[in-house]
Amino acid sequence: MSDVQNILLPEGSIEKKTITLNVGPTHPATHGVFQNIMEMDGERVMSAESTVGYIHRAFEKLAERRPLYQITPITDRLNYCSSPINNIGWHLTCEKLLGIQTPKRVDYLRVILMELARIADHLICNSIVGVDTGAFSGFVYLMEYRELIYEIYEEICGSRLTTNIGRIGGFERNFTPVAWQKLEKFLKEYPKALKEFENLFTRNRIFVDRTVGCGPISAERALNYGFTGPNLRAAGVDYDVRVHSPYSSYEDFDFIVPVGTTGDTYDRYLVRNVEMWQSLSIIEQAYQKIQNIKGADAEVYHANVPEYYLPEKKDVYTSMEALIWHFKIIMGEIEMPKGEVYHSVEGANGELGYYFISDGGRTPYRLHFRRPCFIYYQAYEELVKGSMLSDAIVVMSSLNLIAGELDA
Amino acid sequence: MALTNEQIQNKLAEKFGEEVSNFSEPFGMLTFEAPKELNLKVLQFLYDDETLKFRFLTDLQAVHYPNDKGRELAVVYHLHNLVDNVRIRFKIFTDINKPDVFTATQLFATANWMERETYDFFGVNFLGHPNLKRILNVDEMDYFPMRKEFPLEDQSRVDKDDEMFGRGGTIN
Repeated sequence: MSDVQNILLPEGSIEKKTITLNVGPTHPATHGVFQNIMEMDGERVMSAESTVGYIHRAFEKLAERRPLYQITPITDRLNYCSSPINNIGWHLTCEKLLGIQTPKRVDYLRVILMELARIADHLICNSIVGVDTGAFSGFVYLMEYRELIYEIYEEICGSRLTTNIGRIGGFERNFTPVAWQKLEKFLKEYPKALKEFENLFTRNRIFVDRTVGCGPISAERALNYGFTGPNLRAAGVDYDVRVHSPYSSYEDFDFIVPVGTTGDTYDRYLVRNVEMWQSLSIIEQAYQKIQNIKGADAEVYHANVPEYYLPEKKDVYTSMEALIWHFKIIMGEIEMPKGEVYHSVEGANGELGYYFISDGGRTPYRLHFRRPCFIYYQAYEELVKGSMLSDAIVVMSSLNLIAGELDA
Repeated sequence: MALTNEQIQNKLAEKFGEEVSNFSEPFGMLTFEAPKELNLKVLQFLYDDETLKFRFLTDLQAVHYPNDKGRELAVVYHLHNLVDNVRIRFKIFTDINKPDVFTATQLFATANWMERETYDFFGVNFLGHPNLKRILNVDEMDYFPMRKEFPLEDQSRVDKDDEMFGRGGTIN
């Protein structure tokens, strides 16, 4: 085979030596609805063209006709591997616009949930990288612990995947003693499993051979492509929203931001692993801080904002005030100031931003989600050019692409 | 010495004079606008200047203001200086009948899909874009769905007008 082949020859030309291959939209190796039209020379990818939008659900348009609390379930369905981060990010955006201050305890409870969600997301991503390089067992080991995380969510909000967790101002109810027990169980058991997972992969000859140098990106290109989150940090840029613009009292916590050097699949894997350890440490710190809150604030789980926070149901039946607020909030008749606000949180795969323009109506005038994986997926064509098809699959799973977030 | 909003504003005023206008700071983020012909000049200046260094394009999207004649569509850039950790918001306005705006893809590779998305939903025509076609919607679609003239509800519903959503009367 010659080194240079004209990949632009039309279909049916007998001079054409490359093959057009459709990977996706539904393909067992892509973990979601992704289509790539690849031009293949043997097993080598000459060019790839990504097609997105197969599960587009018009979230931004929907949000223009919904009161704030009805937008929370929409955010669930962005990155559905870590819904609590999306929910809480949305609540923080609303609180910024409405000028609500939350108590420290609420911030720490939120930090616990967001870090649990980050662990759930990273463990899926890393174990899927394992599956795509041919090691299924790591996936089975860790999946069990995602289940434990989901049980904690269930104890707090009643659902598991699309959580709709929390309210503007805090949570709908306090964490139950069972939730704390489940959290303790998770904190006790997970480190052992994660260590075991690392032992299986990090120095595994086959895994290292498959991932080192696979889909690398330089820091300059990564920044130019708008990479954020673990993928950017793997390229060597220590940008983390939790550190740069702390929200929900992240400034009270002590943690390191891991960075890689080459931005390849192996570095992305390592960065995610270290972040899981850091998240565990943050959860433990938050737990300690909550234990140390004494006195009147020891059981507080929402800010005192009756205009925006649904009253307790028993009060609705007995007090006029609560009844009025209940109806006003459910009908979406809350007072919203005019203004535009951009708020971002460190999602599990990058900077998740909300750009919210309010014109004083009951619904957003315009709401835009900055979805990290939509932004960095466009680099995929460049990342896989010239690599083997099987490497292209590994690169895709190591980027932590979530179809729901990609298509919004 | 961290970069302040005042310094950025002075720098911009020094370079572009009266062309950059409407400075404000909603929630601490410096926001300003410029004529649409100057969008690349402003972005390039913000990118190149050794003190400003706005080299990360966080987000790009459009907003539709149907009542603002001659400047119905706003294209909004969110830029980030990662060294000093300062964000700014930069807007340009364009006539909906001639929504031609220069593309930022030469400066930021990430603008490629963001501009395709903006074109897809608002019909902003990015001049010089390498591959300006629909991205999330089907290729056959012949309208731009995020514009305000397309209401979300079933057209036969009369009860869900804008008044229901706190905006009084007809489509704003």
